[in-house]
Amino acid sequence: MDNEKKYFFDNPNNIKRMMHVFYAICAILVVLDFVIHRHVVHSWENLWAFYPLYGFVGCVVLVLVATWMRTFLMRGEDYYDNEGKTELDEKQNNEIGGKDVDA
Amino acid sequence: MWMLEIPPFLPFFIGALIAAFTRGTLRNVIMIAVPIVSGLHLWMVPEGIHLQFTFLDYQLTPYRADKLSLMFGYVFHIAAFIAIVYSLHVRDTMQQVAAMMYAGSGLGAVFAGDLLSLFVFWELLAFTSVFLIWARRTQRSYIAGIRYLIIQVLSGVILLAGALFYAAEKGSLEFGYIGLDGIAGWLIFIAFGIKCAFPFAHNWLTDAYPEATVTGTVFLSAFTTKVAVYALARGYPGTELLVYIGAAMTCFPIFFAVIENDLRRVLAYSLINQVGFMVVGVGIGTALAINGAVSHAFNDVIFKGLLFMTMGAVLHMTGRINGSDLGGLYKTMPKTTVLCIVGAASISAFPLFSGFVSKSMVMSAALEEGFDWIWLMLLFASAGVFHHAGIKIPYFAFFAHDSGIRASDPPNNMLLAMLIAAVLCIAIGVYPAALYSLLPYDTGYNPYDATHVLAQTQLLFFSALAFVWLNLKGMYPPELRSTNLDFDWTYRRLLPAVLQKTFSVIWQADQALRQAFLVRFDLGLSFIARKNKGVSGLLSRTYPVGSMVAWVAVILAVYLFLSFVR
Repeated sequence: MDNEKKYFFDNPNNIKRMMHVFYAICAILVVLDFVIHRHVVHSWENLWAFYPLYGFVGCVVLVLVATWMRTFLMRGEDYYDNEGKTELDEKQNNEIGGKDVDA
Repeated sequence: MWMLEIPPFLPFFIGALIAAFTRGTLRNVIMIAVPIVSGLHLWMVPEGIHLQFTFLDYQLTPYRADKLSLMFGYVFHIAAFIAIVYSLHVRDTMQQVAAMMYAGSGLGAVFAGDLLSLFVFWELLAFTSVFLIWARRTQRSYIAGIRYLIIQVLSGVILLAGALFYAAEKGSLEFGYIGLDGIAGWLIFIAFGIKCAFPFAHNWLTDAYPEATVTGTVFLSAFTTKVAVYALARGYPGTELLVYIGAAMTCFPIFFAVIENDLRRVLAYSLINQVGFMVVGVGIGTALAINGAVSHAFNDVIFKGLLFMTMGAVLHMTGRINGSDLGGLYKTMPKTTVLCIVGAASISAFPLFSGFVSKSMVMSAALEEGFDWIWLMLLFASAGVFHHAGIKIPYFAFFAHDSGIRASDPPNNMLLAMLIAAVLCIAIGVYPAALYSLLPYDTGYNPYDATHVLAQTQLLFFSALAFVWLNLKGMYPPELRSTNLDFDWTYRRLLPAVLQKTFSVIWQADQALRQAFLVRFDLGLSFIARKNKGVSGLLSRTYPVGSMVAWVAVILAVYLFLSFVR
């Protein structure tokens, strides 16, 4: 791997630079909220930085709830894999040593 | 002009027939020519009824064109063309034929002017598409295909029952506004709902689509659900129930999408989420909302197809599709990465990409009609879409940790298909007027005012900020090799288990009952046998001579008596 070509994101500085640009855009977008006159349809849209906050909080809640859902929804990768086989099949498999074996 | 009477499904069915008997370049040329020629033909077709005949007292209209069906007709041609280009490298007659038949069935369904024709194409959609799943030729895909087929056929049977009730109620089979009054209305609604992946009926989609072949999923994502959206838009516009169903559809799948590992299954969940926006639009039912629903369906076919194509390319080139196995692919698949990001930006509805110009119509309509809470849910869903489809898909496939896989970009035909889709996504986003001119209603809507653009950009950038923040804090759920239980657990695990238990109890009770009866019966028999076993008894083996003589005497006496009687 040492002699492999260096790619763009292999350099931590590039990532840092991109993140700074990203944070700057976010800041500008909030500032624009006060500069641009909106045609609001709904009163909630008048709230201070409604869309940025809603997007941020919404996504954090989404991820936290989804992570919590894992605690009771997550099963092993092969959870469904033995479906379609009846108990009889399994018994036969155990007795003869599997269908793939030539008796 | 006789050309008018050729319904659009016919070229595809003929193409499928020819594809079954040709090979190599000839087949490829024919398969590409079909959607182009048929599409150009459709472009010339004016609105109106083009094919109609009477069958058992009922007027059947297999080919009716109006603005609504033409819109879906156009996009189905585009989707078929892109997907065929994408699958040019495939050497599998079964898949090629099934794909052509499937595209034809979708076209047949959107141009069907009566419920019986609709039913025929509805079932054809199921029977042709299942081969695209089975073509993977694994045990998993086989079983998933069976489940898919059962549910799809069930939807068709309910549709047929509904159509029969409808014919009895209204005396006509014409497919127009149906509405939720009477049994017929509800039955047809349920049939459409199953195909549309309504909550609790949605698992056929997340179950089967990721099990289909690389190219099969691209076809699948375009037709079935969009036919259902079309059917709802024609039969149930303005049905308020749809607003709530649609809102639920936009919200719940995103939770599953966040924790799902199979990236094509993530896309399947996000497909339900996008269909949810269309269903809300149909439910609101104003001109703006219907326009939004239809144009979003149009755009979704293209950008969702693009996303499925990029993930298909990843699966094709690496043999892996789980987020936990992938990462760092941007290094060797740069073209696919860029195309995937275009698809992700489109589905997330970034300004200047196609999702923005259609989704915003549904959102505006929800706000205008006073569905405040629904609007908030849609807004949350928009942020969520960006989160799982816009960021998660490209991030875990192409960036994240380096998986060490060094797969190259896919074959040229796949790249070309993705490029066409990506160009369309941007073109529609930059110049929406072309799309708007095809819509059923003229609303003079303009998505590009400062308010909309700013609001949407803020929403998306701060969703991204949430992703960054959670990742830096280490709170973002890692991709894990896992199966997540969804509603399909009830019919894949719960129901079989309950039935197995119930029947084992029934069998045991039955066996005990039979056993008890047999014992009683035996006892009774031996009791009777014992009673009659003695000398001269009914069942005894020995009879004394004396009793024989007595019986002879009795017989003689009877004879004597009979002779007197005469």
